[in-house]
Parts: sequence; C-alpha cells; structure tokens
Amino acid sequence: MTMETTTKNPEAASVPPPGPAPAKRRVTQGHRRLLTRRDRITLAVMAGVPTILHLALVWVTALASIALAFTTWDGIGFDSIKWVGLENFKQLFSDNPQFWPAVEHNVIWFVVLILVPTPLGLFLAVQLDKRIRFSRVYQTAFFLPVVISMACIGFVWQLVYNPDTGLINSLIGANKPGHYIDWIGDPKLNLWAVLVAASWRHTGYMMILYLAGLKSVDPSLREASALDGANEWQTFKSVIFPTLRPTNTVVLVVTIIEALRAFDLVFVFNKGAQGTELLSILVTNNIIGESSRIGYGSAIAVVLLVISLAVIIPYLVATFRKERRS
Amino acid sequence: MSAPTLAAGALKKRAPLRPARVLLHVFLAGTALAWLAPLLWAVFSALRPYSETSAKGYVSWPDKLSLDNFTNAFEQSDMMHYFGNTLLIAVPAVLLTLFLSSMVAFYVSRFDFRLNLALLLVFTAGNLLPQQVIITPLYRLYLLTNLPGITASGKLYDSALGLVLIHVAFQSGFCAFVLSNYMRSLPHELTEAALVDGASVWRMYWQITLPLCKPAMAALATLLSIWIYNDFFWALVLISTGENMPITSALNNLSGQYFTDPNLVAAGALLTAIPTLVVYFVLQRQFVSGLTLGSNKG
Repeated sequence: MTMETTTKNPEAASVPPPGPAPAKRRVTQGHRRLLTRRDRITLAVMAGVPTILHLALVWVTALASIALAFTTWDGIGFDSIKWVGLENFKQLFSDNPQFWPAVEHNVIWFVVLILVPTPLGLFLAVQLDKRIRFSRVYQTAFFLPVVISMACIGFVWQLVYNPDTGLINSLIGANKPGHYIDWIGDPKLNLWAVLVAASWRHTGYMMILYLAGLKSVDPSLREASALDGANEWQTFKSVIFPTLRPTNTVVLVVTIIEALRAFDLVFVFNKGAQGTELLSILVTNNIIGESSRIGYGSAIAVVLLVISLAVIIPYLVATFRKERRS
Repeated sequence: MSAPTLAAGALKKRAPLRPARVLLHVFLAGTALAWLAPLLWAVFSALRPYSETSAKGYVSWPDKLSLDNFTNAFEQSDMMHYFGNTLLIAVPAVLLTLFLSSMVAFYVSRFDFRLNLALLLVFTAGNLLPQQVIITPLYRLYLLTNLPGITASGKLYDSALGLVLIHVAFQSGFCAFVLSNYMRSLPHELTEAALVDGASVWRMYWQITLPLCKPAMAALATLLSIWIYNDFFWALVLISTGENMPITSALNNLSGQYFTDPNLVAAGALLTAIPTLVVYFVLQRQFVSGLTLGSNKG
C-alpha cells in the first residue's frame, strides 16, 4: 500500500501529512498574544539588524549597480554623476571587443560543466552508493578538490600546464623551443585547459549532492524493481533517476550559478587574458584596472544580474511554494 | 546432500557479481588516483630542489627529496602574518554570521508574521548572486565610508572590518535558510511551554532553541570557515595593501614576489591548502552534511 503511493508520487514521501499545519497556526497565534512589549522590541532587533546589514550590502548595492549602469561617474563627488541613458549598454553591446566573447565563454562554461562533470559525478555517486568497501576513501579523493580554494587549484594546474616546466608538456616533449604548446597563453586552448580544472573540481561537488540524493531514495523501490527483473541500468533509468528530480533541480541551479560566478580560477590562471574572458573578469578589471569606468562596469554587472535572477527567482519561488505546502 | 548444493547455488548466484565488483574497484581506484594526480604532482615538484629539476627536467627520477621548499616558502614570504590576517577575518565573520542568521531563522521559523517568507526569499536570493554583480557600488561605498580611528585605513576599504561585514552579509543568506528549516523541524511545544511559563523571547532563543541547533550550527561553522578561508575575490578587490590581505588572496602577490621558481610556487600553494585540508579531514561529516543540508531542502 505504502509502496504503491511512493512509486506513484515519490515526493509524497518527503512531505509530512497535512495534519499538524492548522495546529501550528494556532500555536503561533498564541505566541503572538503572549508577547510583551519588550519581547516585541527584542524580536524587531533580532530580525532587523541582520536584515538591514544584508539589504544594505547586498541588495542596495545590487540596485545601485542597476542605477549606475545608466550613468557616468568618476567616483569622486556625487555631483559628477551624469545620466546617460542606455549609452553604456550601447557601447557594451556594439563596441566592446571583449563582451560577446565573455558571454560566449560563460555559456561554454555552463555547457561543459553540465555535460561532463555533472553526469560523471552522478555516475560516481551511483557506483559509490552500492555499499562497496573503501567507499569513504574514494569519496574523499574525488571530493578533495572541492575543499581546496579555487586560487590554490589555479596554481596547482599551472604546474600541470606550464609550457616549460609543466607535467603535460614535459611528458609529451612539447617543452622545447619550436614545439611549445602554450596551454595558458594560446587563446584557442586556454579556455579548455581551464575548464578541465573547473570540471575536475565540479565533479566532486556533484558527486556529493547526488550521493545525498541517492541516500534518500526509498530502498524498497530498488527491491521492487529487482523483483520485477529489471537490470541495473533499467532500474536506474526508470526508477532511481526519476526520484532524483529534486536533486537534479539543485544541481542545475548550482551549475548555472557556478558558471556565472567563475572567476578565481581564471584570474589566477592568466588574469582573463584573450581566450578566457568572462563577464565576472570584465567587471573586476573595470574596478582594479587603471581606467575605472563605474557606469560601464555596472552595465556589465547588470547583464550578470539579469541572467542570475532569471534563474534564481523561479527556482526559489518554486522551492518556497513547495515548503509552504508542507 | 542438500547443504553442498545450496552452497553451490549461493556461489553460482554470487559468482557473476564478483568480477564486476573487482572491475568496479579497479575503475574507482584508477579514477581516484587520476583525480589526485595534479595534487600529487604539486607535492612531488615541491619536494624537489629547483637546481635538480632545472638540470634534469621535471619528469625525472628524484635524487633528493626534502621539505626545504616548504620552509623557504613559509619563511621568505612571512606566511605566518597572512595566516594571522585570515584568522582575524574568518573567526569574527563565522561567529557573527551564525549569530545573526540564527536570530533571523528563529524569527522566521517561530513567529509566523506575514513577512517571513519574503524575508527568507530575499536572504537566499542574495546569497546566490554572483559577487561581481554588487562589487562596483560596494567598492565605491567602502571608499566613501569614513571610519577614522576605527580601522587602520580610516575607511571600510582596505580593512578587516570591511571584509568581515561583506562575508557576514553575503553568507547569512544561506545560513538563515538552512537554520530556519532546521528550527522548523524542532517541536513547537518547547517554545510554547516556555512562553506560557513567562520566558522572554530572548531566553526562548538563547537557552532553548540555540542549544538544540548545535548539529546544524557545527555543520555550518565548518562550511563557513572553509568558504571564508578560501575566499579570493572580496579581498582581492576590497583590500589594497598587500600586507593586509588574507592568505588565499595574498598568494597571488606572493607568487610574483617571493616564489620565484615553480617548486616554490607549488610549496606555497600547498601550504595554503593545509588548514582547509585539516579542517576537512577532522570535520568531514559536518562539512558534507552542511553542504547537503542546504541543497537537499532547497
């Protein structure tokens, strides 16, 4: 009986019965009535201080990015802020030789992460979920790159890719003059080289997320499918994978966000030189570079913001709606 | 008579499984080794003297392995100082993030006021934004905020305080989300009973709710420590004096200034990874559970 319901609606298992909900409402209303004046002030401070800090540093600045994107400003006095309308965006879209390559690289970054390390992470998770020996040891090895800082990873992979002294060129004999393969400098190669490093890290992350997802799969589903005579692949394809839907959503969102956030690795690798431009790098170069153009840098940030929110908001709204129901 | 056949039957059943298991172990061990290869290569390079590798090439049999590069990298660059900077930023940032986000979570999960869902949404969405979206105005804000006497630079810019604040503001989104989910799973009767007994809201939070959240707090503390330690971007932009940088961001400058050959770079980079690795190996369970706590629910 229970098995049938779980097979039909795997999400039902994670949703508690709707019984306690009205009771909860009554309790919280009771809470409210018992509050003294001092309690109310305490509560206001408890919720208010963190909210103000968060809003001021994250959302006010995000809104300021939007506002500044339509202006030019030298950053010195507030009177020098001038409204220029869409001028920054016009320049960005038509005159900046780095902008469209950067957009393309961010897209490639996402496509590669979702096509290579994500399925690989899922595959490893499925294998490691089979209650085999040394599972912990393998997990640690795959997960190690996730713990280390991106900056450190950048340096470690430079040792692999260095044209003169690196592992790859030394192994294939490409470190002699005339035979150089410049993995870091060559604009045709460097994005792929850095993506190998990024995928190396992303695989472990995906593996951990999927392992957690697999742990919550009802074991009776597997038994039922084995009794029906399904082989391993069939079981995975038609029983396990569909129940991983919540994990898949998280993985998709995490991967998109990672692709938009990609920065440290490239910056350490070659400072975002030709071939590895990214939106995040363009924004940063606009600040720490010699010619800081505030309005222009904000316009790039707005592009990044719009793409991010297009992913974040639907995801969060769906998540919270589900939670409110439960 | 029946016993041997039964055993044979069992064997037959297991027999086709065995080679598959062996193959799986070979595959996993091979992949795991390949996964560790870049790190092992860095360790190998760091253990060899530069004179030897420049004469024989990097792919060669080592004559001498020593920790000299590690001690040199550590001493020449005064790495202790940068680890100190990190500690000065990470410890207050982690404590403050947990403190503030647990208060928000307490409010959101225990008092069903109208705004709570919107509040949580704002916090979580803020945490998911790429940092570069807000950096241009933030940078200006930090330059314009004068704090004479409070920070060494007289501004929020180029100060540990500035970094702590942005870490707290940014990370509290994720923590508030995780903790409010956790607190919602605690029985309501606990706080209700306390309230009926006349306990103040603060006591309900500090003496009843928080102690019950210890597992979630431990997981988040581990996660936050590693994230803040590993931060590269905020310090790169918001700190201008090389001396004030935390270790991860300082690595970039140090590699140009002090780490003059690849062996030293390898040693220096690996040294910065040691604290995270120690935390990870000691608190592996907390780390992984923290990571999946947030994602499973969300």
